[in-house]
Formats: sequence, structure tokens, C-alpha cells
Amino acid sequence: MAEIVQEEGHKGKGKKKPKKHGTHIDMTPMVDLACLLLTFFMLTTAFNKPKVMEIILPEKPKENEKPPELDKSRALNILLIDHDKILWYDGLADPNKTLPVLTVTDFTKDGIRKVLLQRNKALYAKVDRLNKDVIEGKLKITRDTLESRTKRMYKEDKSGPIVLIKAADGVKYRNIVDIIDEMAIANVARYTLVDINPVEKTMVKNFRK
Amino acid sequence: MGKIKLAVKTPRIDMTPMVDLFFLLLVFFILTATFRPEEAAPIDTPSSTSQTPIPDSHVVTILISKDDKVFFNVDNGSDTIEHLRAKILQAVGSQYQIKFTPKQIKKFVGLASFGLPAANLPAFLDAPDVKSREAMQVGIPIDSLDNQLMTWVRYARLYNSDMEFAIKGDGAANYPVVKKVIAVLQDNNVNKFNLTTNLKKVELPTDIVQNK
Repeated sequence: MAEIVQEEGHKGKGKKKPKKHGTHIDMTPMVDLACLLLTFFMLTTAFNKPKVMEIILPEKPKENEKPPELDKSRALNILLIDHDKILWYDGLADPNKTLPVLTVTDFTKDGIRKVLLQRNKALYAKVDRLNKDVIEGKLKITRDTLESRTKRMYKEDKSGPIVLIKAADGVKYRNIVDIIDEMAIANVARYTLVDINPVEKTMVKNFRK
Repeated sequence: MGKIKLAVKTPRIDMTPMVDLFFLLLVFFILTATFRPEEAAPIDTPSSTSQTPIPDSHVVTILISKDDKVFFNVDNGSDTIEHLRAKILQAVGSQYQIKFTPKQIKKFVGLASFGLPAANLPAFLDAPDVKSREAMQVGIPIDSLDNQLMTWVRYARLYNSDMEFAIKGDGAANYPVVKKVIAVLQDNNVNKFNLTTNLKKVELPTDIVQNK
């Protein structure tokens, strides 16, 4: 095993010397221990830090301030209900008029994600056009400019949906994270978490019947 | 004819390079290992496609466990000289008329997340072992009558206005609790915060993938 052996030269024909023992250090236990510690630290080290998802909510309106008016044509309401289901409708629900029709969907890739991407089509087309212009050489800008311009387009978008996320009782935190993640995937710039209103509660109730 | 006799020797392998390598790796792993204090409750975070890593320091983490208990954690700042935890503890203590001994403050600095009413903090910090401490973690009160989470968040922001806030909730936590926590943050004018998640892959709807 691992050990230090001191070579002894005793070839000569000289006098018989008292036999010298080579210094023999048995390193096996030390190596064992080093190996053990190494394994321990390798297994306990976590290299990847947990990830975070940033969420920016609109400021709460002050006491004597009216909440900002919402563009009805752009509003998309997402109602989260239990058992990981999503109901959505367009515009605003007015109790004095016929109530909008709820559509049921879920968190799979062909579920709400498709709806949101569809809504953001105009924006995607705009970004695609910009990219195409750059590739074809019509527009001469650097890659950094293109990137920042695209980012700004996503941020200052005026055509995409304004999503109101409303969670009913029995919704888990997981669903909230999932829906906010959907917003990030579909590049929806404007969304907020709001309380579910009584009209919508009855709508959900009617839907379940 | 005599055969050539080979001297029978036990093979000796020189292990010195291997041992060298072992120690090198060992030193590397010891130095890179980050000591992670134990969390107050096991939390299974949901997944998202976000790739941003959590900031290193000045983070207030609000943990929400599976059974809807709320825990609070704040780091000590980028430099230990900031003594953030000690300052926040004393400020919250004075709010609830609690005096902490230097020993209790020292203990608090070394701990990670905690979740209990402020009145129980001295007893919690004097507790002899982890087991008895665990029993006292009943969650921070966030009712409208006694909203102590509000106090913690307010003082955390008072000592450092650049504090980042992160909500680390269990996927199975109920939304009403999360809503209350978000309301506390918004009442403190924190409108930008983070949700701690695990990483997962983005999948696009089938027809959109085909069109591209």
C-alpha cells in the first residue's frame, strides 16, 4: 500500500553493520479517511443555486385614487380553480348583460400556453419582421441593439393581452407559479393577480353544473 | 538446465500521486462547500422555466410550508459587519417589548429560518436542542389582528432598503396564505419580488413548433 520506504544500500563488503530498519509509515488509514471525506464533500456540495422567478405587480392604488381604467378589448381573464383546471374568458363580465362563455383548459403545453401565444401573435409577428429585416440586410444594426430592441418591444407592447389572474378557493401555490410562468413563456407584459369577484364566482358555479 | 528463477516479489504500487490527487480534490471540495443551515420546514418548491439564480446576499426569504405555516429568514448581509440579523431582531424585540440577551442574539444570528410569534422568541433561542426548537415553530402570525410578518418585513426594509424579497413556498401550500403574504409585501411597497422555483424545460404547443 501507500507507504514511505527508505531504500537501504547494504551491498558493500564492509563490516557487518547492525541492520537498519527503513522508516515505514503505513499511510492506509490516512488515505482511507481522505477518500471518505472526499466522497462526503462531493456528495454534499450543491453546485446549482435555486432559481427565482421575478414577478412585478402593479402598485396598489392609494385610498382616494381610482384604479386605472382597463381596456376591455385587451382583457383576458384567467380563473384558476381546483384540480389544476383553468377557465378563461375575454373582456369583462357585466352582470347586466349576457355573461361571457367560459372555456376550460389546463396547464399542459397545448392548454393555456396556446391561448396566450395566440393572443400575442401580433407582437411575435412584429419581432419576426424585425429579425427578418436584419437577416436580409435591410436594417443594419448590431446584435446588441437588436436584442435590446426586441426586449423593449416585448416590454412596451400595446397589442397583447392584459391578463387578470384570479384564483378561486382550493388553488395551490403550485398553480400560481405555473400561471406566472406561462406569462413569462408567452412574453405577456401585463398581468396581475386580483381577487375573484362575485359575478365570476357564479359563472364558475354555473359552469360546474 | 536450470530454469531462471524469478524472484517472487509482492507488487508494490506507488500510490503517492493518487493520494496527492485525493487531497487536492478534498481541499477543493472543502473550500467550495457552502454550509447550509437547516431550514425550519422541508419545502418542495414548484418548477418554472426561469433561469435567474437567487441573489447572494440581502435576501429576505418568506417560506410557506405545506401545512400553510409561514417562516421568515433574512441573511446577515454581504459583510458580517452589517449584523443585519442582530439589528432586525432587536428592532422587532423593542416593538414587542422583548429584551434579548447577547447570548440569545448570538444564537439568532447563527440560525436560519424561523416561524413563531415574537413573544416566544427568547424561549426559542434558549432551547437546548433542535428537537425542542422544532416543536415551537408554529408559523409567524399573519392575521389582520396580529400581523407580525408585517413587522419583520418592515424592519428588514428599514435596515436595508435594497432588500430583495423571495417567497419560497411549497407547491402544495394553499393560495389564501400566499395571497396574505403577497398583501403584506405590497403593503410595504414591495411590488417586485421573487418566487423561488426549480428549473424545468419550456415546451411549446405542437402546432406552433411545427410552424416555426
